[in-house]
Amino acid sequence: MDVQSLITCEHVSCTYGNSAVVEDTYLQIGRGEFVGIVGPSGSGKTTLLKAIMGTHPVAHGSITLQQHITIGYVPQVETVDWYFPVTVEEVIVMTRSRTTWWPRITADERAAVRDVLGKLGIADVAQRHIRELSGGQQQRVFLARAMFRNPDILIMDEPTSGVDVRTRHEILHLLADLHASGLTILLTTHDLNGLAAHLPRLVCFNKTVIADGNPREVLTSQVLEATYGAPMEVLEHGGMPIVVEHGPTRVRGEGK
Amino acid sequence: MFAIDLLEPYGFQFFRNGLVVATIAGALCGLLGVFVVLRGMSYIGHGLSHAVFGGAAASAVLQINFFIGAGIWGIVSGVLIARVSRRRVIGADAAIGVVTTASFALGLALMNRYGQASKSIEAVLFGSVLGVKVGDIIAVSAVAMLALAVIMLTYRKLLFSTFDPDVAQVSGVRVSLVEAMLLALLSLTILVTMRVIGTLLISALLVIPAASARLTTNSFSRMLWIAPLIGGVTCFVGMNLSYFLDTSASATIILLDALVFIIAYATAGARSRIRMASLGHL
Repeated sequence: MDVQSLITCEHVSCTYGNSAVVEDTYLQIGRGEFVGIVGPSGSGKTTLLKAIMGTHPVAHGSITLQQHITIGYVPQVETVDWYFPVTVEEVIVMTRSRTTWWPRITADERAAVRDVLGKLGIADVAQRHIRELSGGQQQRVFLARAMFRNPDILIMDEPTSGVDVRTRHEILHLLADLHASGLTILLTTHDLNGLAAHLPRLVCFNKTVIADGNPREVLTSQVLEATYGAPMEVLEHGGMPIVVEHGPTRVRGEGK
Repeated sequence: MFAIDLLEPYGFQFFRNGLVVATIAGALCGLLGVFVVLRGMSYIGHGLSHAVFGGAAASAVLQINFFIGAGIWGIVSGVLIARVSRRRVIGADAAIGVVTTASFALGLALMNRYGQASKSIEAVLFGSVLGVKVGDIIAVSAVAMLALAVIMLTYRKLLFSTFDPDVAQVSGVRVSLVEAMLLALLSLTILVTMRVIGTLLISALLVIPAASARLTTNSFSRMLWIAPLIGGVTCFVGMNLSYFLDTSASATIILLDALVFIIAYATAGARSRIRMASLGHL
């Protein structure tokens, strides 16, 4: 493994029951990179992330992580139980479960929580129940929890899923700032134009890597059709690729 | 005069024993019930208590120690549930359904076939809080102390793996170990309380106090003392009421718990409406 490589996947395959969801995948993530994985639903993106984190078994091949790296993981917000009785502060401090047994949150931890929330612009939500947060605040809280571990790499599953345009912009800027400060980021996304096209490196994935490189090189009609199995056109606007989906038919309304 | 009447049952040793063990059992079930409710494990609590009934019946028929027979049976049932559900072809709920109903049916069959043991088996099925022995008090107290110590020492791990098991695992928490520990505590609790309140009602005591506590607070740590408080107090009051009303102690306790739940539910609904109304004025 390369000295600067944090994660190396070689010939990785993963299964659910008898069906393969990840097949013969090679992927290397270097320190300081910002990588997005795009692909259709059920293409194995989340399974690959879980295999990298060690929460899903690898059927074949190997995944090598650089020694002693700390992973900060932000799951899809849809998987969170928002009715669970916890405050923002409790959610963030959870990540110290392995190192501290003392049940009560200490003054030092409280200050550290305030600090990390302050960096993400939500210092005033520490004592709120998680259900009382807006969509953008929810995503930031879980980002804060991941950052609380001082991770070497931030892994995020669909960080802009279910959020509005403004929140998506905020998240993208926040991630860009974190990346600029030296953090390695690996994320999955469905959002080709709003998020993927803005990343420095993009991996098109459907059970295996279809293409890997700069969005301008990767976002082509051929690659997208091979990834999504549907025709897509790629235009350019202000130097950025814009993906246009070709719907099968136009839905016509009644009246005019 | 009225005070003397209220204290009348305390003149009986069997009542004092039953009261102590029921109160501790109620608090213990309430405490573990927090995890049962928040993890959506209500069916496991219900299933395990039914599965252990098979072991209790077999112990009575074979005339071996109840705790050994039912304990081994409970562990075997837990392992079988875990093995069957891990194959993912059928879900955990189906695995629990198969293992526990088969075990329960075996208990019933043994009860039918060997009538002479049926009295002891019925005690397990419906509870016999007034037939409590000193050994039961020691067993329930020991498990309650153990549960309290384990929850204190692993509070953060339990909270993390209950709220978000995937991220907990990524963060270095051994989630499977935490789950196994919780399941072992649950099995032990069912084992030592089943002769007090009975298999059929034990799942209610594992669920209702915690569910009521959830309706009264949005804090996990507060739930951990409110639920045992509700469980303990309803058992204490239920025992006293059952003496004067001449009703089954376990049924009275559960009805009281249900009443507390209804009050908590109605109060939570009213609080929510008031809050919505106040938001409407903004």
